Amino acid sequence: MYPILYREQLSDDVVLMRLAAPLIAEERKPGQFVIVQLDSKYGERIPLTIADADTKEGSITIIFQVVGLTTHRLAALREGDMIENLVGPLGRPTHIEKFGTVVCIGGGIGVAPLYPIVQGMQRAGNKVIIIMGARTKNLLILEPRMRALADELIICTDDGSYGRKALVTAPLKELCERNPKPNLAVAIGPPIMMKFCAETTRPYGVPTVVSLNTIMVDGTGMCGGCRVTVGGKTRFVCVDGPEFDGHQVDFDNMMKRLRAYKKQEDEARTQCRLGQMTACPP
Amino acid sequence: MNAHPTKELLAAEAAQRLQEIEARPEALKPKDRLKIPTQEMPAQDPAVRRGNIEEVACGYSPEQARLEALRCFQCKNAPCIEGCPVRIDIPAFVRAISEGHVKQAIDIIKLNSLLPSVCGRVCPQEVQCQAPCTVGRTLKDVGQAVSIGRLERFAADWERAQGTPDIPPVKPPTGKKVAVIGSGPAGITVAADVRREGHAVTLFEAFHKPGGVMVYGIPEFRLPKLIVQKEIDTLTTMGVKLVTNFVVGRTRALQDLLDKDGFDAIFIGTGAGLPKFMNIEGENLVGVFSANEYLTRANLMRAYDFGHAQTPIFRSHKVAVLGGGNVAMDSARMAVRLGAEDVHLVYRRTEVEMPARVEEVAHAKEEGIVFHLLQNAKRILGNEQGCVTGMECLKYQLGEPDASGRRRPVEIPGSEFVMPVDTVIVAIGNESNPLIKQTTIGLETDKWGHIIVDANGKTSLDRVYAGGDIVLGAATVILAMGEGRRAAASINRLLAESIA
Ligand SMILES: Cc1cc2nc3c(=O)[nH]c(=O)nc-3n(C[C@H](O)[C@H](O)[C@H](O)COP(=O)(O)OP(=O)(O)OC[C@H]3O[C@@H](n4cnc5c(N)ncnc54)[C@H](O)[C@@H]3O)c2cc1C
Ligand SMILES: Cc1cc2nc3c(=O)[nH]c(=O)nc-3n(C[C@H](O)[C@H](O)[C@H](O)COP(=O)(O)OP(=O)(O)OC[C@H]3O[C@@H](n4cnc5c(N)ncnc54)[C@H](O)[C@@H]3O)c2cc1C
Ligand code: SF4
Ligand code: SF4
Ligand code: FES
Repeated sequence: MYPILYREQLSDDVVLMRLAAPLIAEERKPGQFVIVQLDSKYGERIPLTIADADTKEGSITIIFQVVGLTTHRLAALREGDMIENLVGPLGRPTHIEKFGTVVCIGGGIGVAPLYPIVQGMQRAGNKVIIIMGARTKNLLILEPRMRALADELIICTDDGSYGRKALVTAPLKELCERNPKPNLAVAIGPPIMMKFCAETTRPYGVPTVVSLNTIMVDGTGMCGGCRVTVGGKTRFVCVDGPEFDGHQVDFDNMMKRLRAYKKQEDEARTQCRLGQMTACPP
Repeated sequence: MNAHPTKELLAAEAAQRLQEIEARPEALKPKDRLKIPTQEMPAQDPAVRRGNIEEVACGYSPEQARLEALRCFQCKNAPCIEGCPVRIDIPAFVRAISEGHVKQAIDIIKLNSLLPSVCGRVCPQEVQCQAPCTVGRTLKDVGQAVSIGRLERFAADWERAQGTPDIPPVKPPTGKKVAVIGSGPAGITVAADVRREGHAVTLFEAFHKPGGVMVYGIPEFRLPKLIVQKEIDTLTTMGVKLVTNFVVGRTRALQDLLDKDGFDAIFIGTGAGLPKFMNIEGENLVGVFSANEYLTRANLMRAYDFGHAQTPIFRSHKVAVLGGGNVAMDSARMAVRLGAEDVHLVYRRTEVEMPARVEEVAHAKEEGIVFHLLQNAKRILGNEQGCVTGMECLKYQLGEPDASGRRRPVEIPGSEFVMPVDTVIVAIGNESNPLIKQTTIGLETDKWGHIIVDANGKTSLDRVYAGGDIVLGAATVILAMGEGRRAAASINRLLAESIA
């Protein structure tokens, strides 16, 4: 049992929680994630990035967007409530060293997993430029925290309600054209955004790391549900990743695989509307 | 789908025969024993069981068990014992059953095996204890050997039905601490054997439920989860500390368990992992699953429990399963139970070479699974949405024997054809679980990632032992248990020396 110590609504459908998990807090490194399961009997296991940790409090922070059944049920919990299963830290930590200039691009909820990486990159002595993108202003999360870490912060919204009216790839391209160009790009967000970030940096030869958010079950390399094609080879996101060379990832295939259970997920929503399920996704 | 005689009918027939035998004054001669028919295992009707998840094989009635036990010659040389990886005293326990002393039988079995209710159900008996059985040899049919496994199950089930099982006695605390990683059959065995000597044991499990493949792989209809839970309960009653949601190598490095957490020895029983794929076109399409993913969602996360389970499971109509082992049979039979209309099993050799247990093959056929032998997938076809629409297959014929002694399947050029399916389940084996190797310096593995151990089950690291599938590659429950016993004995010796 893992108690929820703190809960905060960051935006309409994004929630931040601190969970008591001293062992995970102690061991976790930027880039790693946990698997959350709300109840052992029927619960789904979902991966969420460890956005931050506090070893003194013995807690980890998760930031998640409500998209389906499990995130909906999780968002409905309050401080003091318990999460039955929490396992981690999983995945290989981000490779952090002094690269020089690092551009970190976060799209939507991808800003959350980006945060610990930005922290790590900054501590390692890198110049960190952050590009944050969202559909509209009130979907932007963690702006103050990111601003505190960034050497330069660029905000884009699709509708121009805040910052530049542009996709994140526009400022990314400008940065790649600068002299000297960035030594590394790290892009985390919806697959389509990561795909286009990788396409943007490719002609400039800027190495680009992406963090893949595939479907997962065990997170220990047993089920193969998280597999992706990278450089023509099948790789497992939970043990070989979650971070990969963005120039090598077959994003089109990954996006199709993410929709694998779409029908069932939609059904869960419909059943709910018909009152046939006790826990309802949005 | 042929109908089975009912459980009641089988029991009544056996009771009658037993009475006749007991009415005779003289002892049974071998030729009389040979005349007793092999007792058929009562099973759920195939048409009914396609729609439920309950156990298929129902177990012998007491009369059936005694009758089957009477078929044993009580051979002096007991070749059956040689065939059992943990050398259970088979003639002795079979004799006890024939005399109606079931308690005595289970006590004999438990001297060597810790998981009789599991092994009696899932051991590939026809290639182990029952293969060399003299009765089967005499009748020239291994299918008519004494049904040792079923008798073992009978004894174990009898004991469970009595209520509280005997908890093995635990010696006084020694002050030593042992970490066991993985709660599959190997880990369970080590935990029990080490705990008995009075050492403190912590059993770490990555999943939220203990039991390893016995809970997430082998389906309920073959091995009820309650049985596995009972074994775990026995461990915790003995004082073994169970820690779930703990991934050694991530939650804590293996070396830290020794250096920081004060464990005096470690056993690694993390099992197989990394499902193999065939590296053919279309393998990452939507609708292609590893058997592990499919079975884990179905078993561990109860996807069969429609309306309750929150794990999504693909609702398939036409399924192709690739492979010929137990994992393939389990996947195919699970697909039937999850509502698929047509399930095809595609295997590139013939039925003789299938590694699956004979009983599972028979059950699968009864459940309407269509076998496609000497065929294999060439590529998987999909539509614009990236969903599976079919599988292109090639036909094969058997050629010269290969290194394994089995005749090698050779493809027939130009024999391609398309099988229309919406789901492909790949069950062609696993590689080893990579996590501990990735995160532990100095732990030696072979080129497949299996941990290398010496004759005592010790790895290249001091005080670290390993066994089960992580050492053997995908093997069996009983072999994992055997390895566990060996490693536990070594650990107990090591700790005894350091106490003395
Ligand atoms: C390593 C890793 C780290 C992640 N970190 C975070 C995080 O920090 N914050 C966060 O909000 N989310 C994160 N995700 C995504 C998160 O796991 C999914 O949003 C979650 O599984 C959805 O579960 P659900 O039951 O609420 O929705 P479902 O009902 O399962 O799905 C609802 C919708 O979300 C889509 N979806 C399902 N799974 C995923 C997925 N893995 N990624 C993207 N879309 C998905 C479905 O296609 C569907 O349209 C991460 C994923 C991975 C693999
Ligand atoms: C579908 C299927 C059907 C089978 N049918 C049969 C059969 O009929 N008969 C038979 O004899 N055998 C069968 N087998 C094989 C048999 O189940 C295995 O050989 C046996 O379970 C191996 O035991 P083990 O203890 O080595 O590992 P496992 O049973 O694999 O258990 C390993 C455990 O370790 C945990 N783990 C892994 N990594 C870590 C980590 N880093 N930290 C903590 N915990 C970890 C895993 O979650 C798992 O619970 C079947 C296997 C499958 C998959
Ligand atoms: S443990 Fe397996 S091999 Fe040994 S006697 Fe029992 S069924 Fe046969
Ligand atoms: S070999 Fe067969 S007949 Fe002989 S003792 Fe063993 S089980 Fe009985
Ligand atoms: S989540 Fe199962 S192998 Fe990666």
